[in-house]
Amino acid sequence: MLKIHALAPETRVASSLSCVEILVALYYGEILNYNPQDLSDSQRDRFIISKAHGVVSLYPILADLGFFDEIEITKVCQSGAKLPGIPDMMTPGLETINGSLGHGLGVACGIALALKRQNKSQKVFVLIGDGELYEGSVWEAIMFAGEHKLDNLVAIIDNNKVCMLDFCKNIINMEPLDQKFIAFNWQAERIDGHDVEKVYNRLSQMKNETDKPKMLIADTIKGKGVPSLETDSLSHIRILSPEQVAQALKALPL
Amino acid sequence: MTTQKRMRDVFITKLYEQMSKNKKIFFVAADFGSPKLDAFKADYKDHFINVGIAEQNLINVSVGLALEGYTVYCYAIAPFLTMRPYEQIHNNVSLLSHGKKLNINLVGVGAGLSYDVSGPSHHCLADISAIRSLPNLTVFSPSDCSLVEAMVTYSMENKHPKYFRLDGKPTTTLYDTVDQLLLKRGFAELLRGQKVVLVATGFMTHTAKVACQHLVDRGVQAGLIDVFKIDDSICEELGEKLAGYEFIVTLEEGFIRRGGLDSLITLVTSRNQTVFSIGFNNKHVFDVGNREYLHKINKLDAASIAQRILKEGVK
Repeated sequence: MLKIHALAPETRVASSLSCVEILVALYYGEILNYNPQDLSDSQRDRFIISKAHGVVSLYPILADLGFFDEIEITKVCQSGAKLPGIPDMMTPGLETINGSLGHGLGVACGIALALKRQNKSQKVFVLIGDGELYEGSVWEAIMFAGEHKLDNLVAIIDNNKVCMLDFCKNIINMEPLDQKFIAFNWQAERIDGHDVEKVYNRLSQMKNETDKPKMLIADTIKGKGVPSLETDSLSHIRILSPEQVAQALKALPL
Repeated sequence: MTTQKRMRDVFITKLYEQMSKNKKIFFVAADFGSPKLDAFKADYKDHFINVGIAEQNLINVSVGLALEGYTVYCYAIAPFLTMRPYEQIHNNVSLLSHGKKLNINLVGVGAGLSYDVSGPSHHCLADISAIRSLPNLTVFSPSDCSLVEAMVTYSMENKHPKYFRLDGKPTTTLYDTVDQLLLKRGFAELLRGQKVVLVATGFMTHTAKVACQHLVDRGVQAGLIDVFKIDDSICEELGEKLAGYEFIVTLEEGFIRRGGLDSLITLVTSRNQTVFSIGFNNKHVFDVGNREYLHKINKLDAASIAQRILKEGVK
């Protein structure tokens, strides 16, 4: 991810670093059933990436798993490249177009409803940003999923607590977040979003839990791994210099 | 007495009939109904859902259903369907259908001034231009229920996004039968004229028909073309049809010079032809009254239209 950012500084590095462990658990933990050879495989679980601006960290994973050639991640954002700064449905492995926030959960509700009405066993996962929760359309979907007991739906909030211009608590404080979802008939719980083992264990259980839609609030740090970003209220818009990227890579516990 | 029918009832009745042979239909409503919808809900409850007064979620849920292979009908009051969730339509219908096959059908009730006395929040005067400006969507603006019935068949056979703007009030019949070829063409010449032709859509086609009679009474043999598919795909044939006319009058119950029917017509006319647009010019309608009254004071009634055309020097 950091290497991509060095080549494509337009990418949102801090947002993409907060959800790395979530993506690793979903893909390498094989919580998601996916098929790079057949992107429309009816047996696949559907993964809707609603905070699409902040998942450039997904590119190396998809390349590694064979969704597209690894050479593509060296060309992100370049003229004529296959991979844009914000992935969309033309990117192999993505189901929908997002980027504008607040759309993913509603579309995921429609997919979950369709699968339930057709008695299909595949699950629907959605990745949402916490700042995205300010969009009213998210709450239309929250109400809908709870009312219709869409228990084949698992939403994960990358709760990195920073919007574009400030910490979320200074804009509109949404805490206690879990209680808001519980009030709308969701099962909601919190987890350390950087503890990949815990995230894996909980998601693999939640996938098959029944009765209610499920919300995993993953407490994360925006810009995780890059100290200068981790405490910065403006981390969303920061662009790291090649030197800062090199320094951050050196500091990673590999 | 001519029978009048409501477009929404005809649409839903036809859809109900199709359910016996097509189980991949899903009807999504934003807390908006019709007497005919009650039977659909009762007999096909697994193919119906009411999302509540939540038009953004109406589109998004419908898109999710369409991604899973359903032929989806999103049903709401027309101005709310097209304006409130415009970004959902832009992103999840127009953009997404560039890469995914989506048979999603936006069905809006209340075109133009159908909701006359409810006032300008319920008037639907910008929907044609708003939706027409988006790639991958086709706008249908039927003038009668025969067209509406045929449009249901069309909607199932043509698997791409569409917007059907249905009138809210009971409508008299203009067409005895409508086949799929006619729908594909997108327009029909109801009257052949000499030098002048009225090109209308939706409710205004009925008004235009009466205006043509006024013109005949004044010695002007005016033609009448009903455009019910407002889409670039009709341009070539429509241009050929209009080629013989010198004076073309567009009639729409919507804003003119804003990307609606008149904009489409300017694409298919030449410099030798005069295009005169009639509709609402850069103004909302805050006057209170029924449709007939609102048309009269805005000079959109048949007599006023005929006078306006004659005033332009048409013979």
